[in-house]
Parts: sequence; C-alpha cells; structure tokens
Amino acid sequence: MLLEGKTGKWEIVCGLEIHCQIISKSKIFSSASTHFGSDTNQNVSFVDAGMPGMLPTLNEECVRQAVKTGLGLRAEINKYSEFSRKNYFYADLPQGYQITQFRYPIVGEGVVTIDLDDGSTKDIRIERMHIEQDAGKSIHDMSPVKSFIDLNRAGVGLMEIVTKPDFSAPEEAGAFLKKLRSILRYLGTCDGNMNEGSMRCDVNVSVRPEGSTEYRTRCEMKNVNSVKFVMQAIENEARRHIEVYENGGTIEQETRQFDPVSGQTKVMRKKEFAHDYRYFPEPDLPPLVLSDEFINEIKQNLPELPDAKKARFMETMGLTKYDATIICENKEVAEFFEKAATGHDGKKVANWLMGDFFAMLNRKNLTIENSPISAENLGKLVELIETNVISGKVAKDVFEIMSETGDNPEKIVEEKGLKQVTDTAAIEAIVDAVIANNPENVAAYRDGKVNLRGWFVGQVLKESKGKANPQIVNELLNKKL
Amino acid sequence: MTDITKLTLAETLNGLKNKQFSATELTKAYIESMEANRDLNAYVLETPDYALKQAENSDKHYADGTNRDLEGIPLGIKDLFCTKDIRSTACSHILDGFVPQYESTVTSHLFNDGAVCLGKLNMDEFAMGGSNETSFYGPVVNPWQRERRLVPGGSSGGSAAAVAANICVAATGTDTGGSIRQPAAFCGVTGIKPTYGRCSRYGIMAFASSLDQAGPIAKDVRDCAILLKSMAGYDAKDSTSVNKEVPDFVAALGQSVRGLKVGVPAEYRPEGLSNEIASYWDKGIEILRQAGAEIINISLPHTKYALPTYYIIAPAEASSNLARYDGLRYGLRINGDHLDNMYINSRTEGFGKEVKRRIMIGTYVLSAGYYDAYYLKAQKIRRLIQNDFINAFKQCDVILTPTSPTAAFPIGDKSMQENPINMWLNDVFTVSVSLAGLPAMSLPIGLSKDGLPLGLQLIGKAFDEETIFKAANVLEQEAKFERLK
Repeated sequence: MLLEGKTGKWEIVCGLEIHCQIISKSKIFSSASTHFGSDTNQNVSFVDAGMPGMLPTLNEECVRQAVKTGLGLRAEINKYSEFSRKNYFYADLPQGYQITQFRYPIVGEGVVTIDLDDGSTKDIRIERMHIEQDAGKSIHDMSPVKSFIDLNRAGVGLMEIVTKPDFSAPEEAGAFLKKLRSILRYLGTCDGNMNEGSMRCDVNVSVRPEGSTEYRTRCEMKNVNSVKFVMQAIENEARRHIEVYENGGTIEQETRQFDPVSGQTKVMRKKEFAHDYRYFPEPDLPPLVLSDEFINEIKQNLPELPDAKKARFMETMGLTKYDATIICENKEVAEFFEKAATGHDGKKVANWLMGDFFAMLNRKNLTIENSPISAENLGKLVELIETNVISGKVAKDVFEIMSETGDNPEKIVEEKGLKQVTDTAAIEAIVDAVIANNPENVAAYRDGKVNLRGWFVGQVLKESKGKANPQIVNELLNKKL
Repeated sequence: MTDITKLTLAETLNGLKNKQFSATELTKAYIESMEANRDLNAYVLETPDYALKQAENSDKHYADGTNRDLEGIPLGIKDLFCTKDIRSTACSHILDGFVPQYESTVTSHLFNDGAVCLGKLNMDEFAMGGSNETSFYGPVVNPWQRERRLVPGGSSGGSAAAVAANICVAATGTDTGGSIRQPAAFCGVTGIKPTYGRCSRYGIMAFASSLDQAGPIAKDVRDCAILLKSMAGYDAKDSTSVNKEVPDFVAALGQSVRGLKVGVPAEYRPEGLSNEIASYWDKGIEILRQAGAEIINISLPHTKYALPTYYIIAPAEASSNLARYDGLRYGLRINGDHLDNMYINSRTEGFGKEVKRRIMIGTYVLSAGYYDAYYLKAQKIRRLIQNDFINAFKQCDVILTPTSPTAAFPIGDKSMQENPINMWLNDVFTVSVSLAGLPAMSLPIGLSKDGLPLGLQLIGKAFDEETIFKAANVLEQEAKFERLK
C-alpha cells in the first residue's frame, strides 16, 4: 500500500511486538494461580511479591506452551536458551527486574502466512519469540493522591513474538493479528483476548519513499489494545512521519502513545530518557536445554492448524476458499462443522452454518460451545433435505424447533408429520384438484398472467399441508397448466 | 552449669542422650551465657522464650526416644536467614521490623532435626563486608582479647564470635567471598563453605546469587560435619541447588590421609606474605606430610585476577538483588511526592555506605557501554580461574592455603576505613574458591605472636567435602588449638 504525500508516494514499514499471556494453571516462575478476574492481590506468592530470599523456579508447562507456539509459527525451536534480568524500578515490578530472555530466546525465526482481502496471501516473517514474566497492574485513577498496585498479574507467563518489519499496510497488520490469534487459540497456548489484555501489541512504524530500500527512524507505540486501533495507529503514525519529512523535518526515535479517541499519537518517552536495562544472564536459573524427545513429543501432538484445516476442507469437503476461511478462523467452529458435515454435503452444511445457524446463535447470544443444536443434528437436518425427506422450506421450520428443543430433526419430522410428500401420484391428484377447482385462474394464467404461477404452487402446498415436494409440484404444473 | 556451654556439639549431643543434662538446662545455660556476653554485640535479636519452648519439646523427644539428629542443640542463626515469625533484617536499616512468613530451607532442616533457636546473629549489612563493621546494629567484638575491641571478621562476624565465646553451640553462616572462612579464622573456630549448590539458597536474602552459600561455623571439624549434614540437600525451590545425595561427612573423620595428594599453590605465597602466616602454613604442610600425605606444588596462575573479578561480579549481582528493597512492600519506607522520591528517600536512608558503594559499582559494570569490558570480561576470567582449579585437581586431591593475610585487626582501624579496597584485600585467599564454586574450610592452626588466632584453608574438589573433612581432622588433631574458655 502506498500513501500519497505532497512530494510523492511513500511506503509504510512496520513491525509488531505482541505479548501473549501463556495459558497455564500457574505463573511462569512461581506456583501462584494465573486465574483472571480474582479479587486484587489474591494470586500472589512470596516469589511474585519479591520477598527477601525468594527464588524463581521454571514452570515446565509454560515451556511446553512456548514450544507449541513456536511450532505453530513454523519457527526454529532453540534447544538452548537463557534467561536474563531486565532491570528497572517500577511499583508493579516487585523484584526491581523482569525475568526475560535477552540474548538467547527459546524460539528463532519463523513465518506466518496471512490472507488479504483481495484473495492473495503474504508471508510475514517472525524474528524471534521469547518467554518472560508479566508485570502487575498499576491503578492510578482510584484516588487523587495514591496509586494502587495489584500483583495478581505479576509473574504470569508471557510469550513475546517479534516480527520482522514486513508489514507495508495496516490491513496486513490486521490480518496478521487475526491469524496469530487463530493459531494461538487452535494451539490452546493463549486466548488472544486483546480487550482483556491477554494479547497486547506494540507497533513500530517508519516510512520511506516509494521504491526505496532504506530503513528510516521508527517510532514505537506501546500497548495498542485492539486490531482496529493497531491499523488506525499505523496509518496515522505513517502519515505523521510523511508530513514531517515533506516539511523538511526529521523523525526522532520516540515511544509514543496512541490515543484511540483522537486517533493521534503523542510522545511518551524520548530517546535520551530511554532506559538502560543492564541486561545480564539470570543467575538464579540455569540455561534451558530442550531434548529432541521433548520437542518431538509436542510436535507429534500438535492439533491441525487453521491453514492445514482450511486446505483440507477445501479439498475434501467441497468448501470454497471464502467459506473455509470463515469456518476455520475459530477452532470450535471448524470442529463443529467437520462433525456436522462428515457424510453429508459439505457446501450445504456450510451454508446452513454460516447462515441460519450463526444467526440463531447471535440472536440467542450463545457461543458455539453452548449451541442448542448439536453438530450431529445439524448434519442430520441437511441429510433430510438431501434425501428429499423434507423440503428446504420445511427444514427451516424444523431448524427453529431444533433451536428451541435441541431435538433430533428426524424425531421432530416424525412427531409433527412433516415428511415431504414425494409420491408423484398423490401430488398429481392435488394438482389436478386445484386446477379443476379454479378454472378462472387457470384461464387467466393460460391467457398470460404468468405471476399466477406462484399462487398455484401455493395452493398445492397448502392442500398438501406444505409437504408436497416443490420440484415435483413445479414439474406437474408445467405439464398440466 | 556454665561448663556445659564449653562442650562441642558432638559432646553436647552425647550429654543429652546420656541424660547428663536436659535440653532445657542446656538452653538455660546458653541463655545465661548470652546475657553475660552482651558486650560482644554478637546477637541482634535474642529469642530466649522461643528457645525454651523448643527445648521443652526436645526434652519430650528424648523422653520418648524420638530424638532427632540435632535434638535440643541451641544454635545462633545469622540474620541473613529468613526465620518464620522471627525478625530477620540482614542487619540493614532497610529491613526494619521485617518478620518473614516463611522459613529458609536450611533453617527448616535444622529445626526439623530438633535444633533450638537462641536468636539472630549480627553480620555485615547484606553480607557485604569483612569485619562486621557495616552492620546497622553496630560492630561485633571479637571475644579474643575483648578489651582490645578487635573485629571478629565478616560478614558472619556475629556467628564466629558467638561460637568462640560459647554463647551458642554452633551457628549458621553464609559465605560469598570468604564470609564463613575468614571470621572463623579470626575467631579461632571452624567453618566450611560447601560446594555451590550443596545447600539451598531459598529463604536466604540474596547478595550475589552465583556465589552465596550457607554453611556451619562451629567449635571443631566434627561439629561442622554434623551440622552440614543437616543443612545440606537438594531443594526444588532453588533452581541452583544440585540434586546430589548428601554424604555422611562424619564418616570421613578419622580416615587416613596416607597417599592423599595435598596441593600447595605458589601464587598464595606472594612477596608480602607475613612470615608468621607463612610458617603456620608450613606447619600445616608438615603435619599432613607426617601423616603420610604427598605434598605437590601446584600453580593457580589466574589467582591475581580473582579479587577484581569478584569485585565486579558480586556487586553486579547484588545491585540487581537489592533492587527489591524499595520501601514499597516491606521494611523501611520514607514517603515522597512521587514514586521515584519514595525510592530515593527509602534507599538512601535504609542502606549503609558499603552497600551503596557496591550497588553503584554493580550498576556501573552492568551499564550499557561497560557491560562487555567489565561484567562479561570478569565472567570469562572466572572461567579461567575455575579451569586453574580443574587442572590443579588433576594433580592433587585437596589444596592447603592460609585463610587470611592477617589476624583480627581493631574495630575502626584507620587503614581499613580510609580505603575500602584495603578491606577487600583481606579476601585474597578466599575469593578464588567462591568464584570456582568449590568447597573450602577454615580451621585454626595456632596463635599469632600477639596471641590471636590464625587459620588455614583446605580447598576441595566440587562435591568432595569429605576429603576436606578427612584432611582437616588430621590437622586439627595435631594442631591441638585451644579454644577460648
């Protein structure tokens, strides 16, 4: 994407750093719970509180989750990695340092393929990923003179994913974040809730004239907390840079804050006040050495990831790329679909799923996990249509009943006697009767009033209590009218 | 009854088992002794009521035959150890009133083995010092020639002084660059720093994470063996503790040193080494030779880099470990207009001079632009120092050196006060060992011409404390050093 400036066209150069909270029962270096939403300071161990004499111990589950994520990013898993201390003072950092991985991260280079609106794909390269502690929360707006600190979050494990500056348009960043979230949820390693803060994004932006390959000074915007804001922030910041350059100015390396209300960014921290974190290897933790067995066990037990599932659905279940993309974005939806569609017409099941089914869930404010209609039953409903047991129109009624009762559609059709009448002779009898009983309309139709056709169909269906197979009705009417 | 405070730990255990005296009587005797020796300022917190309760419980165990390895033994605990419900301050103003809700693993072991807690012992603030003069609670007086008011050494000055003065049976200490060995030498008692990773650091306020180790200071070699057996052991809560079985150190005592190769490093006999110390070293060498050991001349070529290396690495780690003492969650807090002011006020008031000095040095050597030249370089040299020992131990089984270049000096000694580096030079014989993570013991060999104790150091291979105990036992038997009465 190019931005039009006064002096010419400009390219956006953007990279992202995404902090993802690791799904695990306890924190990365302490045994306290990671449960979100507890009362303040309920999930704080002596280690988290930085008490004298306390020491970190590594949570193996967090390591497993990180390796899983690395594999999901198609990245190099580093069998040797180290922990480091990042030293600075702040009230929500009890130890006065964060345990992170500076020089030797657990995951190296990888790649994520994103899908763009025009149907094309682009590869976004991952620079590295490491694991580290999250800080606690500072609450400044509860009192005019005091700040309150909640350490529940202090010590929760984070995976920090750093991309190379491969984004050239806000749309790409948006697609990436959605894809990343999907991958993480499929893997079960992070729930990717940007609004709850379990996934947080720092955005690095610079610009360069069209066709240039240079890298100019970039600015960083920290903790942009929604996909929409990330895209906005990239565009606004890029335009700011362009304006500065076109007016003959220079961009200084700054940390800026994106204000979603104004859409503007403002300076948070200039380079001179940049922290010297005095990184050094964490002496309380030995280097992390992973065996091939450990990594392979995880590799073998990886769930099928979105892209692979999408490809498979397109190939074996008759889905279009569009359908497959929507259905595979969410693992639970994809699995529901697969269960419903196995043995049935995939395209038809997909249509029901993306149409009536999602509409029903929305209306009832439910998630697919709480769906009143099971995957099997949805599949059965489609089968009933495919095998002409009921018509498409009747199916909609059955669907309604299913959404209220959760019942098996076959049972509903039986009980309510909704079976489609396909006996041609029986339908023919009704068609003959309708024609015989309505000579004026027959005459009018034969005279040229072709819209009466619909009325005839309606009458036949009414007489058959909706059960006549519409195709047969139409064939017979064609013959007899 | 004061006689029983002169007994060693081993003798005391026998006395208790043989019902010569009860645990309660024993503790009472030590409490009286503590009261009579308050002028030493060895204890910063006395816990007589708690001790008597524990003693009463110990008597019950003796009565029904369920007595544990250290049942009823009254110990002093260095104030660097977090003791549950008992004030623990690292002898720093910044931890005023801090009462931990958790117990260190090492003291857990001791109390689970039936030991009794007499109180918390004085020390250099945050274990930084070699004379116990940096303590917020004032200096400790060496019980030797106490009218001269000499230092007991440091940082475990209170521990060594208390053992020497018989105001506890034994004590816990910690050693980062010599803080068990040097005070043991100054006070004429025995102390051992085990291999790094042998004892858990959980619950010990961290000074330098890659160097700190807990160890016993006691009246003789046997007592150290008994205590270390209880203190040591793998702890899952300390990722740097090593999962190795703890040997029965006592079993090493009395074993012959015939054929044992004893290394004597050339670099520990520099130009200025005092004749007195050199001759005691020779005496130690001779004792072992007479007992059948083979004396091997070895070289530890990087010895001269050990002090600067130590004084880069230890302060670096300390500058980070002490960041948590910020006034926010525990200890001394002095408020300010802004968070930064609170930090500055609390830490300025709360930390002493030596601690501040080391935090500044540590911050500097880790800072951007200096990390490579100082910290990284020091870690590389550390590896070379470790290699020196690995190579030396291909030729010998244990190494014998002096513990300290001098005997105890007066509190407030001018040359020590005037230049802090003079104080640091006292660590010259002990720091290499710490950098290499090896075990080492100091035991008294004799008195200086001034009548002050001098000690020798035995350095062992990693996790081979047994050989140290074996050799130390022989030296101790022959040296026949007389402890204070």
